Amino acid sequence: MSQKTKVIEKEEVVIRFSGDSGDGMQLTGTQFSDTSALFGNDVATFPDYPAEIRAPQGTVGGVSGFQLHFGHTEVNTPGDYADVLVAMNPAALKANLKWVKASGTIIVNEDSFTDRNLEKAGYDSDPLQDDKLADYNLIKARVTSLTKECLKDSGLDQKSILRSKNMFALGMVYWMFDRPLEHTEEFIESKFKKHPLVVDGNKKVLRAGYNFAKTIEALAYNYSVAPAKIKKGTYRNITGNKATAWGLIAAAEKAGLPLFCGSYPITPATEILQELAARKDLGVKTFQAEDEIAGICTAIGASFAGNFAVTTTSGPGLALKTEAAGLAVMTELPLVIVNVQRGGPSTGLPTKTEQSDLMQAIHGRSGECPMPVIAASTPSNCFEYAYRASKIALEHMTPVILLTDGFLANGAEPWRIPKMADLSPITVPLAKEGDDYMPYARDEEKLARKWAVPGTKGLEHRIGGLEKMDVTGTVSYVPENHQVMTDIRSERVRKVANFIPDLPVKGEENADVLVVGWGGTYGHLTTAVRELQKEDKSIALAHFNYILPLPKNTEEVLKRYKKVIVCELNDGQFAEYLRSNFQDIKFEQYNKLQGLPFTVKELKETFNQLLEEK
Amino acid sequence: MADSLLKQAAPEKLTPKDFKSDQEVRWCPGCGDHGVLNSVQKAMALMGKPKEDFAVISGIGCSSRFPYYMDTYGFHSIHGRAAAIASGAKSANPDLEILQVSGDGDALAIGGNHFIHAVRRNIDMTILLFNNEIYGLTKGQYSPTSKHGMVTKTSPFGTIEQPFHPAELALGAQSKFYARSIDTNIKLTSEILLDATKHRGTSIVEVLQNCVIYNDGAHSLITDKNTKEEYQLVLRHGERMIFGKEKNKGLVMGGNGKLVVVTIGEHGITEQDILIHDAHTPDPHMHWLLSNMTAPEYPVALGVIRDVAALSYEEKMVQQIKDVQAQSSIKCMDDLLNSGDTWEVE
Ligand code: SF4
Repeated sequence: MSQKTKVIEKEEVVIRFSGDSGDGMQLTGTQFSDTSALFGNDVATFPDYPAEIRAPQGTVGGVSGFQLHFGHTEVNTPGDYADVLVAMNPAALKANLKWVKASGTIIVNEDSFTDRNLEKAGYDSDPLQDDKLADYNLIKARVTSLTKECLKDSGLDQKSILRSKNMFALGMVYWMFDRPLEHTEEFIESKFKKHPLVVDGNKKVLRAGYNFAKTIEALAYNYSVAPAKIKKGTYRNITGNKATAWGLIAAAEKAGLPLFCGSYPITPATEILQELAARKDLGVKTFQAEDEIAGICTAIGASFAGNFAVTTTSGPGLALKTEAAGLAVMTELPLVIVNVQRGGPSTGLPTKTEQSDLMQAIHGRSGECPMPVIAASTPSNCFEYAYRASKIALEHMTPVILLTDGFLANGAEPWRIPKMADLSPITVPLAKEGDDYMPYARDEEKLARKWAVPGTKGLEHRIGGLEKMDVTGTVSYVPENHQVMTDIRSERVRKVANFIPDLPVKGEENADVLVVGWGGTYGHLTTAVRELQKEDKSIALAHFNYILPLPKNTEEVLKRYKKVIVCELNDGQFAEYLRSNFQDIKFEQYNKLQGLPFTVKELKETFNQLLEEK
Repeated sequence: MADSLLKQAAPEKLTPKDFKSDQEVRWCPGCGDHGVLNSVQKAMALMGKPKEDFAVISGIGCSSRFPYYMDTYGFHSIHGRAAAIASGAKSANPDLEILQVSGDGDALAIGGNHFIHAVRRNIDMTILLFNNEIYGLTKGQYSPTSKHGMVTKTSPFGTIEQPFHPAELALGAQSKFYARSIDTNIKLTSEILLDATKHRGTSIVEVLQNCVIYNDGAHSLITDKNTKEEYQLVLRHGERMIFGKEKNKGLVMGGNGKLVVVTIGEHGITEQDILIHDAHTPDPHMHWLLSNMTAPEYPVALGVIRDVAALSYEEKMVQQIKDVQAQSSIKCMDDLLNSGDTWEVE
């Protein structure tokens, strides 16, 4: 490495790998992010899959991307704009050029810029030949032919040779950022251990890319991003969906109950079911149901029978589960319903992110049918909020909706691994043999009824969807009783507020502007506010994880600020909800519905404008 | 441990009365459901299991009121979903003895999807299917089993829909146990229920039930005192398919692959010519022919039509978990959290 002419220190860097869906860009991106995390950087990543699994090769619709942001300081988002774009074909360049920073670096696979590929990507002329890219640091590399050349005596067939060209690109970027190759070499060795030729080939190409970058004059300098100051501990990378699955398993273990998941595959929630299905070693039972309704109904049955039951879905699936969710409210059985939100309505934008199921989660059921609603706000804290949702469900004997979204679900970041012993205990209100059992008798603190699990001698009882008599739980059509039970159901949810933390605020108590957000927008909002605070702007952030009930200090916090702006990836659902709760507070709104996360840039512009308005 | 041993060694002697709840039975007087309730309580008392091991799970409809009248664990759920709820309950708690109660509308219309998939998975439970060919609770609309042309409140000019034959649907879903009874025959129903519970997997017990209010006499040909013996064939494994007042009628296989009703003593037919019922054969062909017989051309088949051994869903589920646990190095959540790629930050 001594040959490097110039090393530029950077606080943070954003790289976007993009290519055809068969080009292995997800793997390339993941390798770079793992290597950087091991190196000690803080990292956030986000994959950008094409909506169609088999979109035509070489077209803009078939471009698969992977963006990662790593830094010497705290990194909360995958980054708005890329410092480096790797484009394996013209379509990838076309689809992603708008996400490259002015004067950023673009590495292209020159071999792929053929007339046919240019046409498929919709280019009239070759962007490498005209001056369209003059403002960028353009690096043209003949990735395909160099890979072929490198492996011509490898004994590998043509297809396998072509497949390893992503390693060439990765090698180049590794050199640019002064990263070691060991982690990826080990990865290649274990992934292809049955195919020694492929192992050798991939390692060779990786090194060839690294050496190529070192040699060519176009890269006369490289960057260095020093490790971040990160809290001591053991770390791993984790996606939101995996963290959600693990949070549920952790809660089941803590509660001493088997975990049962009844679900139906749906993008972008499917990985939770898959992850749970893989965890038979921890006794997890997964039931891939015939439809969304059966997903929740099998879970309700499992809950009745004494397991900790969950169901996972996305917006349209939640709509199908509605009636059964009402049954869970009526029967007061513990249940966690995970909704990984995506762009709607209807099939909408299955692979894109949005926060537009908030009202559905709060209100979307027949009758007066309240249940707690909780939202995770980073990929890794999906673990924490899945755990907390489970704890509330089990201790309060209620269904709980956990909201995440496509951005959190697929995004990944390093995560300080918790110890099970440090997680708060979960105490399940089980009825025991010999108890004088009344199905709808309650404790005072939580108004939770007791859970009498079938198989327990002497506690035989009947539950169901018909209105039940207070205390005894027999069917009741008595008008006054329906009022009593309705009030209890809503009071039960209100009482959850006594068991959740206060709303935290980042920033000064008397700032001019309070930014309000909830759920998956945390990373972008916190970055925008932090950057403005560094510029001495009078701004603070209150980000919600607890939606229903709201933290008890919510009104007190909101009232402290002159201007409150609610930012969300929907048309203003949380703002409406806050308005209905706090009628005399004025809420400004910033909303976006493009299937994309906020950018820090647009947020800062919006907040600056609000700060300037008198 | 000592407790469960005790339970096995000396089960309490239970009587049908022990399974009666304190709730007043609200079905119409004369409704066939009363007879089925008696049959179930009688059968459960004979099963030798403690009350707390039973869970009765129903959907919505007249018959779905069933759990309230049973002094067992019970769940009166929502329309059509009982099979899914019961599937979850059994998977979660395989020790439970589950009786899933549905009507023809609940199981075959709104809940048709859950019904066929429960059967396909072979979850160990008994589905008690009350077939009265009408919607009773909503006061008289046609159901998916109503006969073609039937006049009801929603088919004032007669239905134009083909009815389901529940057995055909079940066999199409690879049912391993199918039995049929009549509401009034308490002895036969409880006998079938005992077989159904012994069977590991989904056992469907279709009960031809009379709704006195909205579809009285739907099954009259096979229940009427004067005609019933001519139109009922009670099947028993290993026994000949003989029926009729004089016990002189029987079934033989015709040359065209269809069953033929013959009379012993006529045209040289002897008892030896009559088919013997084999409920245990995995080949569903004969079971299909038998279960699809309708009066008056044929007698209606009652009893256990099909009873084929197979592993149940939850047996396989439990086994798979055991197998994976024996192999995996991950024994608890802390193991999982620290598995794979991790790194230390000092
Ligand atoms: S309406 Fe018919 S099925 Fe319903 S309880 Fe009355 S007789 Fe029975």
